[in-house]
Amino acid sequence: MSLNKTLVDMDYLLNEAPREKHFITGAQAMAEAVKRASVDMAIAYPITPQSEVMHLVGDIYAQGHIKEYYRAEEELGTMSAIAGAARGGVRMFTATSGPGLLRGLEAIVSWPGHRIPCVLGVLTRVVNAPLSIQPDNIEMAYLMHSGVVMLHAENQQDTFDYTLAAFAITEKVDVYIPVSVSTEGFFVTHAKGYVDMMDEKYAFTEVDPYHAPVPAMDNEVPPARIQRDAPVQKSNFMSYLIHSVWQQEIWDCNSRAMKYVYQYLGGPIEVINPDADVFIVASGCAAAQSREANRYAEEEGLSVGLVKVKCIRPWPRKEINDALKNAKTVIVPEHNIIGWLSKEIKASIPNGGIVVEGPRVYGGMTLPVELIMEEIYIALGMDSEKLQA
Amino acid sequence: MSLNYMIPASKFKRYLPKDYVELVDYGPFGKKYSEVGVKNMGTYKELVEEHPMCSGCWMSYYIKIIFASLPNPEDTVTIGTAGCGRLAISQAAVPFIYGNYGDQNAMASGITRAFRLRFPDRQKDVITIAGDGGMMDIGFSMTMHAWFRREKFTTIMLDNEVYGNTGGQESGMSVEGAVLKMSPKGKNFGKMPAMQLAITAGCVYVVKMSPTNINKASKAIRRAIFAARNLGPTFIHVYTSCNIEYSIPTPDVFRDAKEKEKRSFCI
Repeated sequence: MSLNKTLVDMDYLLNEAPREKHFITGAQAMAEAVKRASVDMAIAYPITPQSEVMHLVGDIYAQGHIKEYYRAEEELGTMSAIAGAARGGVRMFTATSGPGLLRGLEAIVSWPGHRIPCVLGVLTRVVNAPLSIQPDNIEMAYLMHSGVVMLHAENQQDTFDYTLAAFAITEKVDVYIPVSVSTEGFFVTHAKGYVDMMDEKYAFTEVDPYHAPVPAMDNEVPPARIQRDAPVQKSNFMSYLIHSVWQQEIWDCNSRAMKYVYQYLGGPIEVINPDADVFIVASGCAAAQSREANRYAEEEGLSVGLVKVKCIRPWPRKEINDALKNAKTVIVPEHNIIGWLSKEIKASIPNGGIVVEGPRVYGGMTLPVELIMEEIYIALGMDSEKLQA
Repeated sequence: MSLNYMIPASKFKRYLPKDYVELVDYGPFGKKYSEVGVKNMGTYKELVEEHPMCSGCWMSYYIKIIFASLPNPEDTVTIGTAGCGRLAISQAAVPFIYGNYGDQNAMASGITRAFRLRFPDRQKDVITIAGDGGMMDIGFSMTMHAWFRREKFTTIMLDNEVYGNTGGQESGMSVEGAVLKMSPKGKNFGKMPAMQLAITAGCVYVVKMSPTNINKASKAIRRAIFAARNLGPTFIHVYTSCNIEYSIPTPDVFRDAKEKEKRSFCI
C-alpha cells in the first residue's frame, strides 16, 4: 500500500495491537475496520440515508487505504462485479441493506458456490411494504439459507471487530466463502458508541490469491483451466452429483468457519448468568436491549440469564443447547416480524416449547426494555402490576 | 508466467488427459496469429472442437472464429451467461466464467479492474460473450453501465433474435412482427438499437456484422480486443441465426446469413 502500514496477522491486529478509545458511529466503525483490512477494491451503491458505510469507504479510498473503488449501477451489478473481481485475486468489500440486499441476492447466493472470498456489510432495514428505510432485520432471514457465514454485531465495537475478523475468516483455505457482518441500521450505524481501535498504521496482511482451495482465475497458476467439457452443463447423473457434493462442501466450509469464530471472536455466543432458569437469547441490537433487561432484572433481584448470539451461520447449535440445558423459559426478543432467531432456537433445543416467541418489534420500532421485562415477569409468575409500576 | 503455467513437467505429462497434452503441444498457445488463427483452422489443435450445439448452428461457427482469433489465448478470460452460446464457450480451452443471469459485463468490470491492479504491466484480455437476451434484456443495465464507465474489455453479442436456449421466446432484439413464444400475435416493436446504444454509451470500437467472411469476422474480433486494451470498451454485434427457432434448414443457414448481411447486418 502507498501508506506506510505495518502489516500484521489478524490475531495480532485484534488481540495485541494497542488500542485507543474513540466515540464513533457504527457506520464509521465498519469503515475504520475496512481501513485496517488491506482491502484492494470496494464497489459501492448508494443506500443512504440508511447507512453511510460506502461513502466512508469511498473517503478512505481517496486517502489511499484502498486501491480501487467505484460506484456501480445497482446492487446486482455490484455483487456481480465483486464475484468477478474476487476471481481476479483481490480482496473485496461492499455493504448494502434491505432492498439492496434482496436486489443483489441472486449474485450473493451464488458467491459461496463460486468460492468468492469477500466481506459483505449488511446494515439492516425494512424490505417489505409499506416501504420504509427504518431498521428491521428481516432481510437476514433470506441470507441464512445462502451458505454465507453470518456475524451479527450488537454495537459499534462489535461492528469494528467482527468486520476485521470477517476478512480473516473469509480467506481461510478451509472456509473460502463470503462472510457477512450485519448490524441494525440507524440504531447502530447512526448512533455513536465507544470503540477501542488500534492505530490505522496497523493493517491486516495482504491477500494471497493462491492460498486458496480454488485459485484466482488469473491464468497464472496451475491447474490450468484449459481442460474442456464442463460437466455441470450437462443433464446427467454426473452433473447432479457434482452440484450436490459441491454444495455439501459449501455448507461444510460454513461449519468449519466455527473454529475461526472461536479464534477471533472468542466463540459464537456470550453467556451471562449461566445458572438462571429464565434466559433471554438475542442477537445484534436486540442483544443490547436484552443486556439492559438483564441489568434491570439484576437490580430487582431477579435471576435472569442472557445468551448473546454473535454468529448466525454457522449456527451454534451445540453451544446454545449447552447454555440452555437447564433453562425453564427462553425469551427471544427480535427486530423482525417473522422471528427467525426464535425459530432457529426452537429447532435447536430438545424442549422447544420453552421458547417464548418474542417480544418482536419491526418496521423501525425501538425495542423497549420494558417489553422484555414483561416477558420476564410472566415467566417468573409475577403479577402484571409489577409491570405497571 | 501465463504461458508456462499450463505446460506440464515432462514426467507428469503422461498422466494428463490426452486432450490437454495435445492442446499444449499443438494448440495456439504462445504461437503467432499467422501460424494459427482462422486461416489455418484445421491444421492445429483448436480451442473449440466438439460442442453440443444444434446441427447447422451459425452461433457455434462464430464462436469457433472468436477463439481462433484470440491474440493472447493463454492470457484470456471469457465470461458468459445462460443461453446457447455458453454451451460451446464452456467447451473452449480458455478459462470461462459462467455467471448469473445477464451479469457478464458487471463481472467483467470487476475482473478487468482486478487484473489491472495486480498486473499493471501485463495484458490480460477479458471478453464477454452472451446472447441478445443476456446483453440487451436481462443484462441491459449492466451492459450499458460497463460501457458508460469505460471499462476496458470487449463485449460480443451473439444476436440470434430470439431466446433460443429457453425455447424460442421473443427478445428485445427480435424483429418487429416476429411471431414467437411470448409474442403470439407478433412482436409489436422493432429491434433495440444496440449499435447506437453502444456508441452513445462510449464504446470506442463498434462493429455490426453477419460473419459470412471469416477473415473479416476475425479482423473485427482482434481489433476489438486490441482497442479494449488501452482505449475503452468495444462492442461486436453479430448475427448468429437460430436455425431451429426460425426454422432455417441447415443448407440454407449461410444463405440466410448473407441475406441478413445485405439488409440489417451490413458491416
